[in-house]
Amino acid sequence: MNVSSVKGSMSISSSTSTWKAGDTISDQFPAGLRVLVVDDDPTCLMILEKMLIACLYKVTKCNRAETALSKLRENKNGYDIVLSDVHMPDMDGFKLLEHIGLEMDLPVIMMSADDGKKVVMKGVTHGACDYLIKPVRIEALKNIWQHVVRKRKNEWKEFEQSGSVEEGDRQPKQSDDADYSSSANEGNWKGSKKRKDEEEETDERDDTSTLKKPRVVWSVELHQQFVAAVNQLGIDTVPKKILELMNVPGLTRENVASHLQKYRLYLRRLSGVSQHQSNLSTIISAQDPTFGSLSSLSGLDLQTLAATGQLPAQSLARLQAAGLGRATAKSGIPITLVDQRNIFSFENPKLRFGEGQQQHMTNKQQVNLLHGIPTTMEPKQLVSLRHAAQSIGNMNMQVPPHGAQSSQNNPLLMQMGQQQQQQQQQSRGQILVDSTINHAPRLSSSMGQPILSNGIATNVSSRNGIPENIRAPGYSQTPSMLNFPMNHASELPGNSFALGSTPGVSILTSKGAFQEDVNSEIKGSGGLMPSYDVFNDLDQHKLQSWELQNVGMAFDTSQHSNSLQGNLDLTQSALGQQGFSSGQMNGHNRSAAVASKAMFSTGDVKELGSAQNVNQHLNNLLVDNTIRVKSERVCDTSPANIFPDHFGQDDLMSALLKQQESVASSENEFDFDGYSMNNIPV
Amino acid sequence: MDGYGMQNQIACIRRSLFDQGYLDEQFIQLEELQDDTNPNFVQEIVTLFYTDSTRLIQNIELTLNSRPINFSKLDDYLHQFKGSSSSIGAKKVTSECAVFRQYCAAGNAEACIRNFQHIKQEHAILRKKLEFYFQMMGQAAVAQTT
Repeated sequence: MNVSSVKGSMSISSSTSTWKAGDTISDQFPAGLRVLVVDDDPTCLMILEKMLIACLYKVTKCNRAETALSKLRENKNGYDIVLSDVHMPDMDGFKLLEHIGLEMDLPVIMMSADDGKKVVMKGVTHGACDYLIKPVRIEALKNIWQHVVRKRKNEWKEFEQSGSVEEGDRQPKQSDDADYSSSANEGNWKGSKKRKDEEEETDERDDTSTLKKPRVVWSVELHQQFVAAVNQLGIDTVPKKILELMNVPGLTRENVASHLQKYRLYLRRLSGVSQHQSNLSTIISAQDPTFGSLSSLSGLDLQTLAATGQLPAQSLARLQAAGLGRATAKSGIPITLVDQRNIFSFENPKLRFGEGQQQHMTNKQQVNLLHGIPTTMEPKQLVSLRHAAQSIGNMNMQVPPHGAQSSQNNPLLMQMGQQQQQQQQQSRGQILVDSTINHAPRLSSSMGQPILSNGIATNVSSRNGIPENIRAPGYSQTPSMLNFPMNHASELPGNSFALGSTPGVSILTSKGAFQEDVNSEIKGSGGLMPSYDVFNDLDQHKLQSWELQNVGMAFDTSQHSNSLQGNLDLTQSALGQQGFSSGQMNGHNRSAAVASKAMFSTGDVKELGSAQNVNQHLNNLLVDNTIRVKSERVCDTSPANIFPDHFGQDDLMSALLKQQESVASSENEFDFDGYSMNNIPV
Repeated sequence: MDGYGMQNQIACIRRSLFDQGYLDEQFIQLEELQDDTNPNFVQEIVTLFYTDSTRLIQNIELTLNSRPINFSKLDDYLHQFKGSSSSIGAKKVTSECAVFRQYCAAGNAEACIRNFQHIKQEHAILRKKLEFYFQMMGQAAVAQTT
């Protein structure tokens, strides 16, 4: 077809022309390649800059990841490739990688003095197109342009394929979408932006492609819209529907398709990151069917979480179960699960917390996530995350300090839920994300910023209907929710989720583990992206759960509407778990509570962590991870209220406060608009 | 003549730095980056390294002096240090850092403290040698112009 052929030719010309940077002779390629190099070490940075200049590239250097992100955001089409160090003080290089992949879809090369297989593998799994060992030699830099060409070529190729026959190319998920077949490019999973441009604007091709394929800039708002649409339609939806729902002029299906693909990968990555949670993955897979029922998203989130290992399979199952209302409580928190479920009432529009209903859909969605998670609390937690907005508050409640008290938790949760719901609806979303994710998911204060604490930018919460706080770029939102990975299950031998009694709690407690992860992720990602990392880092499933939670929360916050509440709940629980997952079940409940609290308030989340001395993990998670929930300090009050005495509200509050502070600060760091989703494997 | 003499001398100094293992081929990479547009590039980089690493050393010492020792923080610092020193080709410093990290991973405080003294020593020795080297180069450049 013309388009295809055109594209083909265009790609070539465009690729060369793009890099020409003013040169009119394509022979000069790759001269003029616009490179952004990020490294906190001034010596290395200077050397790299000199080397890149020697390669005739156009270099921009930054010594902070956040600076790099903001530069990238300001000028999305201004760079061709990014070189980033792995170890950076303000943000983990992998988180940055995630963010870039989601928001800008640029090829990213990681660098590090560390040549351990594990780290290199991490780079690969996070989507780095190359990994250079320091000290970097100029020869290695001379060839980096190949990654740019490759990426573009792939995009073109997909584009062409999609147009031509390859309906089958479409991703299986969307096979049922007629649109795909016709558009043939739904599967432009690769950065179809380019393709889209080409396809849609054949006329413009000449201008755009030759110069540079214009990329659709997925701004925070746009991404939020996207996430909201996806949440509404389910992660398995087709781009066309999303496009229609989003109703954004000028946006093409290809844009959406490629963005969706990335988003999915992001979610998957979040869940896959949590290695700890091998269980999770199993659970998730097992739960897939269940998820589907509730909401594709939630399931996805959970899966992600599970996949990432963050959510202990069990947790995931639990969550799922919780979400679905099933009593999967096998994992250990049978009671809690049940309770949680009720609390989260994913299935029922009413969350026990009181507001449950709001969640409305979101809760349900959240539930989905959970159900599959046999994890003790986690499933519930996940669900709660979804509700994040509410759940967090609720979750906290749920997380009875001592798992045994599931019943007790419930009331707590309920209380919290209620309180929180009100407050949190909006803040919850945010807080949840935050808290859960410890990573300091940036619960964008207002929905606008999905807190991707865990890098699972997936707006878990958003799915629920939570406003896309999650930044568009960072799917991170959901991750946090996903983070629930109720890994706790693994950690909490049963007790770990002491919260077990309260599903929500479990999330929290287990989250302890997440916290750490979350923190790392959240911190790094600031936005959604971080969440990915967070999950990955979570050795402890817990963290993952946090992340998910956070993510969920993040998303939730944005949704302020009822959905938030629900999400919060989830998130909270997730957060709680995550943060607390440290398995300190004693404090589990506390942690959970704390976590959940934390979730509520972006800043609070952090504090919760600290408050929870009880849960060391929790604290660590929260504090360390400082779920950098941005902005929204969701109802700080709720946390206090929510947490039962067990938690020592004061502690929680302080923890929250601290977190808030940290969150606030972290927020700045994470540009990811609150996407700090922690891979909430919902 | 003077110029040649000096050049020879400088060449000898340089060669010995490599032969004795103070510098490795990464240093050559830096030298290759130096050109007319950046005639003092290598010296600038080395200066930058020493400024930065001095700060790092201070942080490491603080961490080593605190109780209990935060090994993970220590490892982070050393990782940075190693990355920096390897970038300029400071061979001995880099390998001492690697040894340190092993001790650090094992939680061996005593060995870490001891090893850190080695790192500091190597760091200081190399600094003196490079300063001398650059000084000679500066003199040679002056001699050549005159």
